[in-house]
Order: sequence, then structure tokens, then C-alpha cells
Amino acid sequence: MRRFVAHSARRRNNFTTCVLRHCTLPLRLWSSTSTSKPCYFSGSVASGGSASAPPLTLDTINPKVLKCEYAVLGETFILAQRLQQELKENPGSHPFNELLYCNIGNPHSLGQQPITFFREVLALCDHPVLLDRAETRGYFSADAVERALQILNQIPERATGAYSHTQGIKGLRDTIASGIEARDGYPADPNDIFLIDGASPAVHIIIQLLLRSEEDGILCPIPQYPLYSGSIALHGGSLVPYYLDEETEWGLEISELKNQLETEKSKGITVRALVVINPGNPTGQVLAESNQREIVDFCKNEGLVLIADEVYQENVYVPDKKFHSFKKVSQSMKYGMEDIPLVSLQSISKGYYGECGRRGGYMEVTGFCSEIREQIYKVASLDTCSNISGQILASLVMNPPKVGDDSYESFSSEKEAILSSLARRAKTLEDALNSLEGVTCNRAEGAMYLFPRIELPKKAIEAAKAVNTAPDAFYARCLLNATGIVVIPGCGFGQVPGQWHFRCTILPQEDKIPIVVSRLTEFHKAFMDEFRN
Amino acid sequence: MSKPLDYENLNENVKKCQYAVRGELYLRASELQKEGKKIIFTNVGNPHALGQKPLTFPRQVVIALCQAPFLLDDPNVGLVFPADTIARAKHYLSLTSGGLGAYSDSRGIPGIRKEVAEFIERRDGYPSDPELIFLTDGASKGVMQILNAIIRSDRDGILVPVPQYPLYSATISLLGGSLVPYYLEETANWGLDIVNLRQSVAQARSQGKTVRAMVIINPGNPTGQCLSEANLKEVLKFCYENNLVLLGDEVYQQNIYQDERPFISARKVLMDMGGPISKELQLVSFHTVSKGYWGECGQRGGYFEMTNVSPKTVEEIYKVASISLSPNVPGQIFLGLMVSPPKPGDISYERFVRESKGVLESLRRRAQIMTDGFNSCRNVVCNFTEGAMYSFPQIRLPPKAIEAAKKAGKVPDVFYCLKLLEATGISTVPGSGFGQKDGVFHLRTTILPAEEDMPAIMASFKKFNDDFMEQYEDYRGYSRM
Repeated sequence: MRRFVAHSARRRNNFTTCVLRHCTLPLRLWSSTSTSKPCYFSGSVASGGSASAPPLTLDTINPKVLKCEYAVLGETFILAQRLQQELKENPGSHPFNELLYCNIGNPHSLGQQPITFFREVLALCDHPVLLDRAETRGYFSADAVERALQILNQIPERATGAYSHTQGIKGLRDTIASGIEARDGYPADPNDIFLIDGASPAVHIIIQLLLRSEEDGILCPIPQYPLYSGSIALHGGSLVPYYLDEETEWGLEISELKNQLETEKSKGITVRALVVINPGNPTGQVLAESNQREIVDFCKNEGLVLIADEVYQENVYVPDKKFHSFKKVSQSMKYGMEDIPLVSLQSISKGYYGECGRRGGYMEVTGFCSEIREQIYKVASLDTCSNISGQILASLVMNPPKVGDDSYESFSSEKEAILSSLARRAKTLEDALNSLEGVTCNRAEGAMYLFPRIELPKKAIEAAKAVNTAPDAFYARCLLNATGIVVIPGCGFGQVPGQWHFRCTILPQEDKIPIVVSRLTEFHKAFMDEFRN
Repeated sequence: MSKPLDYENLNENVKKCQYAVRGELYLRASELQKEGKKIIFTNVGNPHALGQKPLTFPRQVVIALCQAPFLLDDPNVGLVFPADTIARAKHYLSLTSGGLGAYSDSRGIPGIRKEVAEFIERRDGYPSDPELIFLTDGASKGVMQILNAIIRSDRDGILVPVPQYPLYSATISLLGGSLVPYYLEETANWGLDIVNLRQSVAQARSQGKTVRAMVIINPGNPTGQCLSEANLKEVLKFCYENNLVLLGDEVYQQNIYQDERPFISARKVLMDMGGPISKELQLVSFHTVSKGYWGECGQRGGYFEMTNVSPKTVEEIYKVASISLSPNVPGQIFLGLMVSPPKPGDISYERFVRESKGVLESLRRRAQIMTDGFNSCRNVVCNFTEGAMYSFPQIRLPPKAIEAAKKAGKVPDVFYCLKLLEATGISTVPGSGFGQKDGVFHLRTTILPAEEDMPAIMASFKKFNDDFMEQYEDYRGYSRM
């Protein structure tokens, strides 16, 4: 079935089309049904059941579900899982004996160790019997014991198995607010903090509040992390792209924001918010403070909510850049907090802690009227509360051991080791990529990814078309089949049309990096030899 | 210029949805607590908050050992932890791809999904496919995912029992669908009436709606009734005839307080029926670690199992789950432990059984104490709590009370519950939060306060209620006839 996309010009959002459709493989089971014909089931009543189609099929499923995509765990990943299974059942069936997952920011799955202090505190909080008995208490560092006691005193009945306040345990939010204040130099209010099962569910809540219909749009960077495109599609709105400039290290230009805003307005779209990912994903750039001030001004002047995805705030690898929170930046300007509606996101999944599997994080919500805050609370309350371990971890991340604490030395050396290793791996991979024919790669100033651009020869592009695949997806698939390296094609994140990229994490352990480099280099040379013009 | 996100330009669906469990009463109770008043929170099924102790075994395994693997490496660990907890911790850690801190498969760790499938097979006697089981951060997330897949517009209706757990009404509102109510019959022990169901569906269709699915909560929340096998058969047939997906909320399956109607899963009944219906009727069943005798609400662990849903549809549901990456790993391990608890012969078995039985027997006693306590109050009638965790007494408010409520700008049962709260510190949820017949009022309380506190709580309630009725009644009062 030919899936060359030719959506009519009537469609407002061509970019979304590009992101969502170009990556399709004919064998892919997702989104391969009749999206071109109306999805509404006419509601005929079945008598006796068996004569009609079941109530829930691809024809009657919510069409927004069909529309949304999430490339990080999409077709390339699914193919990788299949190869993994084949290797397991039939070793030697592929030219590699292991998969190298560079598709997702999931550090512990690739051998990164958890921070000891954090795990000590968690173990004690969840099984306080360990705290109460002297012989077991001795297994843990004194400050971990102290911190666990402090946290347990903030939890009614010391019950970590109980639902908490919907926004999260008050004492933990107090700790986080202090941590934010220490970071920014400006006060933070614990009542502005909503602890959530990871930053992703927080994004869903805010997007849900903002989008009333397809006529509401949200400005998203291109390239972007496809949680945004996915959830905008799921909630029935429009993604309004603004392009980051690869030539200037993925710079964000206000003029570009303005142009896109004006274009959408003229089409009748009400742009409601601006998403900024800082440090960027997949692009890794860290914004300069002056840039951030321009962005705040822009939001203020255009009446937009600013959604600041700051989950990589602890991942900055270059000495010439520093992370500044948007909250700090806006507070340092002439505006009062109530002037700038801002949602700041932080997570326990990244940084040097990498506790992805816990599902923890928070959104700090400032500059909204009380009625909106009540609505945010109400939607959050449907899930009752976020998981308690994740809440505790968030408070530890925002208030780690300090100088003088028992665990400070070991904590610092663990943290330092991880961060400096990440910086080294980023540089090694960046250099390796830049040495490949037709590949240019901006440095990873922060986050966990590299996003190189590949100039694909015409023959390769034609070969891709022949199998009904986007050229970068074709490259990624060939790479996977030849080497076991799993990357995500740039079409999953968005890119300037006609350009091709892929996203590769910097997370394989340092001893695996040379293998990744050598396999990639060898593959690329062979690929170019085959398809060179 | 109006603000970018103001009440006026908020998504209408968000405005429409309500969730009383954490609504007005709860907020007022929290305020009072801050002011120093002692509050007894009986508004939410949150056992550990009211003193129920966590079971020892899972806390040892998951929390201590999986959480802090350096404990596992310590040579003396065998002196502190029983051998079976150590083995289990190692087992679950080996199933993860990097410990508790790594994202797992978006559907949940395959090894744990397999354990869930094995549990379902042991329970029902029919094999279950792990590929059709998705683990979620609590059953609520699963419910939202499935409803999101079903609801396309406000022309799609979902049959929901009244009274119901307001996750359903709130989620349907949020997703822009239509709630089609079917009334449970209080005088018939909250029984389900097929005639009423048919009427509800007919009415919805006459309004141009397509009824897509039916929710049953078994055991019921807030009503506690346990469905009989015959009942379940009727429901399944009904769904089949009307082309509905059946959503079986079975999170309270371990909480059964009578012996006439033990828990039987919708899936078992479906499979027992055999024939085309067992191969065609679409069913989604939900379960959790938050209830039962586990009560681990704060972990956020649960699953849903799909029956007769095509692989392509399952793929789409998987896709949406993948946007949130993965359910939390400790919660998944709790679920694994729940579905494969210690067995006879295991070192931890005796203690585990003792603790679980202790919790269940106490819940059974408390269910009785509360029912009897309510029934001894003036103008209060209460069905017995056959299962789940709640008591849902009917409060027959005198007309003068209803008037006073109107004057105060409150719904009558909210008025009553607020007064109850101010007078006694007992924080309940008014029946209007769950739905009820017009002019009939209830409140929901949990049966979770500690057993030794129960007599005092019921006495306090009785005093308040009888004084309230005294205050607002005419001379005759209401008869129970």
C-alpha cells in the first residue's frame, strides 16, 4: 500500500503531517488504517452481536488516538525489539550479538548507577522497620537516617503507602520550594508546586487546559521532543512550529517566533502557549540569558503561556553556558510574578540521578489566577496523587547532601563522575559523527543527545522512497540491521523539510562508546559507498 | 487584554468535570485540620493513612532490597531479611532492564505481566495472554486510557452506574463524551436492573447518541454490592446484544465481607458462557494494588486486561501508553508480589497470611459495625457493605433541612456533610458526588478507621445526626415503612 503523503492544502498543519506520516513503514501496524475516510461509526445497533463489527476497532477508535505519534518508542524501536527477540531465539542470526539502545534517555538501563544516598533514604522511608532497629540502621549513613526520619515525620502516620495530598506531601513541597529558592535566588511557594508521575503527565494536564479545539495552537520548537506533538494531537489542538537555527547552534530567534505566530493568526488559529525546552531535546542547546529575556517579553506581549521544559537543568556540559530557570529570568525582569503565566517542569528522570523508572517530577505553576489553579488541582485530583517514592526523590533531587553532611563527599564524587563522564561521551560521539562523510553535528551543550545532520545521496533517498520510508528512517533502519545500534530518525522530532537527521543518546557506558563509534563509522562508510552519487 | 489562560478561555471539558472525592468537603476538612481541629478522614479509600500497616513481605522485598541493591550485596543481608525476600528481590531486579530507576517497557515489565496472566489463570481457570495485559500507574490511569480510546465526541455515550465512583463521570466529561446513567436499586440491595438498563440505552439512542461501553464496578463503589454470577451473565449478554465494550472495574475483588456471593470475575463468567459471545464480546478488566488487604495506594500500581480486542487496536493503545514512557517500576513490582504472594512452605508465608487475614477479618467486622451503627440513627437507612471499603447510608433529610441548605446555597447532602464535619471532625463525601436519584440523599464514608476508634466515631455521628434531625424535623419525623 503506497503511503506517500499528499494531504490536501486545506489541512492547516502541514508540519504535523510531516512529523506524523513520513516515518511510516508499510509493515508498521500503527496508524495504517483508513485515516483518509471519516472515522465516525454510524452507530448502527447490532442485534445478536455477532453480525456486526466489535464496538472497539480501528474504525471506531477515537481518531485523535490514531493521529498521535511518539517516535522515541516508535517503529525503529519496535524493529529493534524484534531483532532482540530473534537474537535471543537464534544467536548468530544477525551481524552483531547485542543491541545498542541509543534511542531513549534511560540511563540506568545502560548501566548508570543510582545515587547511593537517594536510595538509602528511599529504602528507609519505605521500610521504617530498618530505622527502628539499631542493627539495621547501621547499614545506612547517618545523614540518610536523619533525612528519612525528617521525611517520615512529614508524612501522616509515616504511611508511604497512603495517598497523599493531590499536589504532593506538603513537607516535601516545602523542601522543593527551598531548593528552587537556593537555585534561583528568588522565593518559591510550595502551593505553586504540583508533584506528578514524571514531567510528561504534567504536560498532558496543561495542554488539556489550553486546547479547546483544533483552532487553538501551541508553539513548539522544531526539532522538538515528540511528547508535545503527541499530546497536542491527542487533545485535539494544532501544533504551531517555530524552527531552531542549526547554523547558529540551534538558536532560537524571536523573529521566527513572530513570523509563525502571525502566519497562524492569519489562518484563524489562536496561539495559546509557547513551549521552550531548555536545555533542548533533541538539540541540546542551552539558552543564553538574554535570549530568555526576549522570550519572556515575547510571551508577555503576545499573551502566551510559557511552558518551560527544564528537565535537563542539571545536564550542562560546556563551561561557556549555564542553566538559568525561566522563573529566575522573569523575576529578574521588571515583571511581577503575576504578569507571566509560566509552567516550569522538572523531573527525576534526567540529571545525574536518572531515576526514570520511578516516575517523578513536578510542575511549578506561577502567574495564573486562582480559578485556573483550582482547575489544575481538579484535573490532577482525578489521579488522586502521584507515587510517593517519586515525590521523595524529587525532594532529594532539589535538596541533595550539602557540604559538611556525612554523605556529601561520596555523593559529590558519584555526581561528578556521572556528569563528567556524560560530557566526555558527548564530545567523543560528537567528534566521531563529525568525522563521517556528509555528517555535521552540533555539540551537545546539555541534555543527553546528539542530533547530527546527514546529507543523504540521491540514490539513498530514492531507495527509501521505493520502500515507502522517509530517508532518515531508512538510514536508521539500515544502521540497526547492520550494527544493532538503535537511533531515532529526525522525522520523529521534526526538521526543516528536505533535511535529514537522527537522534542518538550519549548514554552507552564509556567502555561501550568505542564499539558504538567503530560500528557506526564502518556502517556509514559502507552505506555511502553503496549509495554515493 | 485577558490573560492567556483564564477561566473564560479554559477548555470547556475541564470546566465540566468534577471529582467530589477530593472536592469541597475534603478541601474544607483540610482547612479545619490546618486550624488545629482533629479530622477523621473517611472520604477516600486510603487505608494506610488511617493506621493500617503495610504487609511486611512486599516492603522487605521491594522497598528495602530492590530499592537499595547495596543491601543485597552485603554479606550479612541474610541475617536481617528472610531468604525468600532476598530471592524475590533478586528475581524482580533480574526482570528489570537496569533496576528500579530505568523506564520499563511502556506496557510494563514483561516478566511481571506474565505473573499477572498466571494469577488470572489460577483465579479463573482460563489462560490469559500477557500481551493483552498493560500495567499502569494505578487503575485510574488505565480507565482513562481506555475511555480515551473509546470516546470520539459527545455523541458517544458510556453507561455508568448511579451511584458511581466519580472517576468515570469526571473522565467522560474531560474527554468530551456523554455519561448515560443506569440506576442501581437501593431497595434491592443496590441491584442492577436490566429493564432500567434497556431504558437508559433506548433513551440515549433516541437523543442521537451511540452507546459504546458499559461500566460495572464489582464489588461496587460507593455501594459495595457484589454481583452474582447470574447478574454478570445478564450484563454480558446485554453488552453483546447492544454492541458495547464491557469495562469491569474489579479493584475491590479481595474485599468481600459476606459468603453468599464470593467474587467472580467478568472474564470467568464470559469464558464459562462459551460460544460466540466468549470469542467476540470485548471486555477490559481493571485491578490495583491500592485496595484489597494491600492498601498500597501511594505506590500507584495497577493493570488492565483486554479480552477480544484486536491486535491493531491494542497497538494503538500501546502507542498512547508509550507517550508517557512507562508505569513506575516499584508499583509494578508490588503488583507482581500481589499476584504471586508467598506460598505455603515459604519462610514468609505464615506471617503474610496472618497479616492479610488480620486485615480482612477486621474490615469485615468494621463493615458490620458501621452498617449497624448507621441503621440505629434517626432517618438513616443503610444497606450492608457486601464488599469494597465504603458505607453509603441514605440520609432522609426533612424538608426544613433542605430549605436551610437552599438558603445557604448548598446542595442538601453537602449541607449535611459540612455540618457533620464542623460538629464532629468526620470528613465524608456527600452522595451528590456519586450520583443518586432525585430527592434522595446519601453520604459515603469508608470503613477504614481503626476498629478501636469505631464505637466512638459511630457514637459521635449518632449524636450529631439525631440532634440535626431534632432540629429540622416536624413532630412526626419519618417512618421507615
